[in-house]
Amino acid sequence: MTDLALAPETLARWQFGITTVYHFLFVPLTISLATLTAVLQTAWVRTGKEKYLKATRFWGKLFLINIAMGVVTGIVQEFQFGMNWSAYSRFVGDIFGAPLAFEALIAFFMESTFIGLWIFGRDKLPKKLHLATIWLVALGTIASAYFILAANSWMQHPVGYRLNEETGRAEMTDFFGILFQNTALAQFFHTMTAAFLTGAAFMVGISAYHLLRKKHIAVMRSSLRLGLVTLVAAGLLTAVSGDRLGKIMYEQQPMKMASAEALWDTQAPAPFSVFAYGDVEKGHNKVAIEIPGLLSFLAHDNFHEAVPGINDTNAHLKEKFKDSTGLDDYRPNIPVAYWSFRWMIGFGMASLTLGAVGLYLTRRRFWLAERLRTGEDEVPRLALTRNRELNPRLGTWYWRLSVLTLGFPLIANAWGWIFTETGRQPWVVYGVLPTSAAVSPSVSQGEVLTSLIAFTSLYALLAVIEVKLLVKYVKAGPPELTEADLNPPTRIGGDPTGTDADAEDRPMAFSY
Amino acid sequence: MQLHDVWFVVIAVLWIGYFFLEGFDFGVGILTKLLARDRAERRVLINTIGPVWDGNEVWLLSAGGATFAAFPEWYATLFSGFYLPLLVILLCLIVRGVAFEYRAKRQEEHWQRNWEHAIFFTSLLTAFLWGVAFANIVRGVRIDADMEYVGNLTDLLNPYALLGGLVTLGLFTFHGAVFTALKTVGDIRTRARRLATRTGAGAAVLALGFLLWTQADRGDGASLVAVVVAAVALAAALGTNLAGREGWSFTFSGLAIVAAVAMLFLSLFPDVMPSTLNEEWSLTVTNAASTPYTLKIMTWCAAVATPVVLLYQGWTYWVFRKRIGTQHLAPSGGH
Repeated sequence: MTDLALAPETLARWQFGITTVYHFLFVPLTISLATLTAVLQTAWVRTGKEKYLKATRFWGKLFLINIAMGVVTGIVQEFQFGMNWSAYSRFVGDIFGAPLAFEALIAFFMESTFIGLWIFGRDKLPKKLHLATIWLVALGTIASAYFILAANSWMQHPVGYRLNEETGRAEMTDFFGILFQNTALAQFFHTMTAAFLTGAAFMVGISAYHLLRKKHIAVMRSSLRLGLVTLVAAGLLTAVSGDRLGKIMYEQQPMKMASAEALWDTQAPAPFSVFAYGDVEKGHNKVAIEIPGLLSFLAHDNFHEAVPGINDTNAHLKEKFKDSTGLDDYRPNIPVAYWSFRWMIGFGMASLTLGAVGLYLTRRRFWLAERLRTGEDEVPRLALTRNRELNPRLGTWYWRLSVLTLGFPLIANAWGWIFTETGRQPWVVYGVLPTSAAVSPSVSQGEVLTSLIAFTSLYALLAVIEVKLLVKYVKAGPPELTEADLNPPTRIGGDPTGTDADAEDRPMAFSY
Repeated sequence: MQLHDVWFVVIAVLWIGYFFLEGFDFGVGILTKLLARDRAERRVLINTIGPVWDGNEVWLLSAGGATFAAFPEWYATLFSGFYLPLLVILLCLIVRGVAFEYRAKRQEEHWQRNWEHAIFFTSLLTAFLWGVAFANIVRGVRIDADMEYVGNLTDLLNPYALLGGLVTLGLFTFHGAVFTALKTVGDIRTRARRLATRTGAGAAVLALGFLLWTQADRGDGASLVAVVVAAVALAAALGTNLAGREGWSFTFSGLAIVAAVAMLFLSLFPDVMPSTLNEEWSLTVTNAASTPYTLKIMTWCAAVATPVVLLYQGWTYWVFRKRIGTQHLAPSGGH
């Protein structure tokens, strides 16, 4: 009946993993596209240039297709703690519930209400007020991320609580300590920068697609520029924040980080692993290619200090927790930790590199000979040096690569979450509550299997629908603007025009 | 009144807000087949709630989050106990949300038709299942000494709960029809009023039967007052609808939902989820609650945030206050 592969706990973990990774495909795109769309709309309001309004419409449409999926898959996230992890919910509700409630009350209301105003309010709100609504949506998405990351950080590094022996539950003692602990700040910084990396790579890839075909040039040229600058800035900050978060994790969860490096034995100085293939049972690597001393630097900012290895840490944790949990093995799935960490960094940094190359190749006039300079309506020439253009065939490949890699950060994000969540195992709350003690006792194997299959199939179907819709709107390019688009109302509710009867029957600027 | 009592009231208010607001959203979804004669009319219906449905649904997320934070045991028992019905609700809410947002994004006939079917069936099923869930909460379910649900799916489909499902289905359809009459112009408005009369009469009979059954089982003085208010509000909603006073009719159909849901929470208190196995195993506002410290933090947050939310959400309704008819639909939609 409870064959391990189909044990309710295993199934519930798969369901949580699948639904969360899926949800998080949409989250970073939503966060970054909301802000980038708001930036473009601000540019339109400030300059009155049509290309910015067209760009706002175009990216706004793609943003809306995404946020719809993010919103609906988010409902599952809030409910499945209670559905599948009721023992966890009872144990941590006093602490974990509050940020979730704050998220709904402060962030979701803002996001969901103002998005309705933004979509339907074009002919109802004055220019600046309409602009304010998209900024509020963007603010809502970011606030929402903060609360949920603070909640997750508490699972990574529980602080500001005490264990009530009588009830067997964790109780909150310091709310602000939980909300603003260093893990939460570092995770938020890292997740936000990665989100902007994601949206920027998306924007660069799609702009490149149109520029390669010499279509919608003015709009895509501006979008490309905004995308590239964001990509490089966010990419660099993702690396910095990742380093910061990594150092915190070396202190708080040494096992996770040792697993990320397949560092079996404590070493000083510790090497950074480039490639490793090992035997988990025996606890050593068979093949290892390493850079000496680099891991010491990543963990401690110097090239000599010791970094604890998996075997020593496991023995230490066993000594500490064996009595309370009864568990013998405190190692996560090491190949998963090792490779997910590498895929995360690899895909993320590949995008950053491409962005840096692109930013250099498309640099502005000051660094270019006159004949290489291009106007607003021309595809930028990719310039290798001040006087020399990049070989056109290579240039075409640059645009193509940008299109092909637009999803790289999405892959990096997914591996990042897989790393941080599976790397924490066997704990659901690190050092406090093992995952095996967190699952719902009243939910049967058949029930979890049903929901796992139902969510996975529905999500797969919706993914096909969503991607097709995105492709359709990407290919269609920015819409043509109408008179009404260029002349938004000056009063709330729309301007009175013509006779009263005309105004009464005037069609909406947008309807479903 | 202690903080956990305050939070019982807050959660009741959040559910009331949810059923008041998404109640008419569900109703409008059901009306896409009951009332609309063609695609243009279906579009009119969908656009009456287009700008607001998402904000309305956040009331559910807030109720869920607040229950998790203020009464973790209630959240855990309820959500794991009602696993399969909640799964169906979640699947419906996912499809329904996507349907609203994606339907107009392609012009192909089968695409729009499929999403319209989805809007109807998911609205219908969710409206029904919320009633089933709430009736079971009030009636009590098999909960053991460890606060775990030990019943099965068929226990949840008892006659009282099924009647509860029909009540929410009926009330939401009525509320949606009254809302449509208030928000549209032209032929559809007249027909919405006629449909409101028919569905309203049926909903009123079902609702009164259900509320009196609840009153007989678990009621007290306060819940009786709520039953009376619900009855009067339903009669007033029907009467004002017949008289063509759409604003008043909507106020009263809303009040009926408020009173009916309040009645359920009043008859529940001080339990939050009674056990039918042993009274001592019931989840109550005291044994299911978080610590006073958590509740205090939450109270501050709710006290500051809720008025702001009500202000801007109310403002949205004001911005989109204009009635719409087929002549107001944007030509192609989706752009």
